[in-house]
Amino acid sequence: MLIKKPADLRESDVTDQSLYLRRREFLQVAGSTAVAMATVGGVPAFEGTSTVLHAQNPSARKLENFTKSAFNTDEKMNSYKDVTTYNNFYEFGLDKADPARYSSTLRPSPWSVVVDGQCGKPGTYTIEDIMKWFPLEERIYRMRCVEAWSMVIPWVGFPLADFVKRFQPTSRAKFVKFTTLVDTKQMPGQTEPALPWPYVEGLRMDEALHPLALMAVGLYGEVLPNQNGAPIRLVVPWKYGFKGIKSIVRVSFEESQPLNTWQRVRADEYGFYANVNPAVDHPRWSQASERRIGEFFKRKTLPFNGYADHVASLYTGMDPRKLY
Amino acid sequence: MSSTVWVRRALKPAVFLAGLGPAIWLVVRGFQGELGVNPVETVTNDTGIWTLRFIVLTLAVTPTRWLTGWNPVALFRRMLGLFAFFYGTLHFLTYFILDHSLELAGVWDDVVKRPYITAGFTGFMLMVPLALTSTHGWIRRLGGHRWNRLHQLVYVSAIGAVLHYLWKVKLDTTNPFIYIAIVAVLLGARLWHHIARASQK
Ligand code: HEM
Repeated sequence: MLIKKPADLRESDVTDQSLYLRRREFLQVAGSTAVAMATVGGVPAFEGTSTVLHAQNPSARKLENFTKSAFNTDEKMNSYKDVTTYNNFYEFGLDKADPARYSSTLRPSPWSVVVDGQCGKPGTYTIEDIMKWFPLEERIYRMRCVEAWSMVIPWVGFPLADFVKRFQPTSRAKFVKFTTLVDTKQMPGQTEPALPWPYVEGLRMDEALHPLALMAVGLYGEVLPNQNGAPIRLVVPWKYGFKGIKSIVRVSFEESQPLNTWQRVRADEYGFYANVNPAVDHPRWSQASERRIGEFFKRKTLPFNGYADHVASLYTGMDPRKLY
Repeated sequence: MSSTVWVRRALKPAVFLAGLGPAIWLVVRGFQGELGVNPVETVTNDTGIWTLRFIVLTLAVTPTRWLTGWNPVALFRRMLGLFAFFYGTLHFLTYFILDHSLELAGVWDDVVKRPYITAGFTGFMLMVPLALTSTHGWIRRLGGHRWNRLHQLVYVSAIGAVLHYLWKVKLDTTNPFIYIAIVAVLLGARLWHHIARASQK
């Protein structure tokens, strides 16, 4: 259990949602103004706005200048506490409360990402550089876990497509493979053979280039907390949450389909595509419905987690049963 | 005060209160909003594990009597069994109401399709006749021998319960295997006792 200290009081705990949202709108306006000012050489004062978002977690660094995305859902967001204390991140333990408890050992800075494989610009890039390359935007997405629960989360990040294109993948690059850090000092759960480390995930190139796929560096207007995959993670809202690999240290452009971790350990239960599909059950439980965290009764799960209009065309002609 | 009287007057009420403890603790945490980010999951898992713990405790009564020769321990057997049924009922109701919104069709669908639910459901359903016939009246009506035979169903119930737990777990099977080992020892003790007695005759 987290001990509540007054210093831990979060904006969302003390402010009602609508007020918080209005402030965010204000921030977004302030953010774009600031971009404009910054480009003409002005150094805008952020004091007033920064304290608002900073209040989520007093020790977290706020993110600036992010814009609102056209893809945002208007569903009620889960609280900062929901999003940051209920996590599957086995590198810090198997209990959902473990990542929040034990991830303070992770050092998201200094951090660099190795880019390799079939691309024109391989190399090692620092997180600071990566964050400078692209304008940040907020994406409020549904997140559907393979365990049949879901949340609504305001991520901050940039399109994976922009990231991928920057490295000029060659025509032989058919897949993008992502790898999480391995370091038993920073990720003590890796001393247990719970999963074969490092955690690996992958996307087909057209999935990676889809505008919904996001590289997230923030949450609720602040840098990603360690337990949510600091400093950089993947968010693919039409797929089960385990595809959203955290704390990425390597991005590789590959010719053949990578063997993602869960497929490797339980090929009969987890596949490569892992698209949210209420019609295809997990071998042990139904995927037809889900519990939105904060609600008591289950709600129906939507094909592609409600993003079918955007992404269903990626899979035309494919057998949906192969898409688990 | 004879040992039996002492057990009836002091120890049994104490064990009864202790048995209610986990349920009261759930309610208290519920009111304090301390059931975690996913309270339904917490209630399901807590009531599930306490069902299993009380099944194990019930099964431990007779071997304890053999081992210690302290016969009054048998006075706890019914209460422990009924607590298993009590937590099992809360567990099932959580699932029935909050996972399936009281729709039997969905439950049945799970029972036939999902081995972990099949096992848990079998385990729980077998506890129903045992709870109903747990009174002195029923022991008299059925006769000790037949009553005993009926109540051996708890062995099947225990096996269903541990399989349910094992098959439900996503990755880490340590705890299910601990319970499997305990149940194996408790059922093995009966087999061993049975064989030992048969060979004495
Ligand atoms: C002998 C009776 C039963 C026992 C001893 C039992 C025990 C358990 C245990 C120990 C757990 C896991 C707790 C944990 O992981 O911490 C569990 C979970 C669960 N049980 Fe049972 N159970 C029984 C009957 C049932 C029945 C009849 C149903 C429904 C038909 C059921 C549905 C569930 C569900 C849905 C879960 C949670 C699954 C999840 O969170 O993914 N159980 N049970």
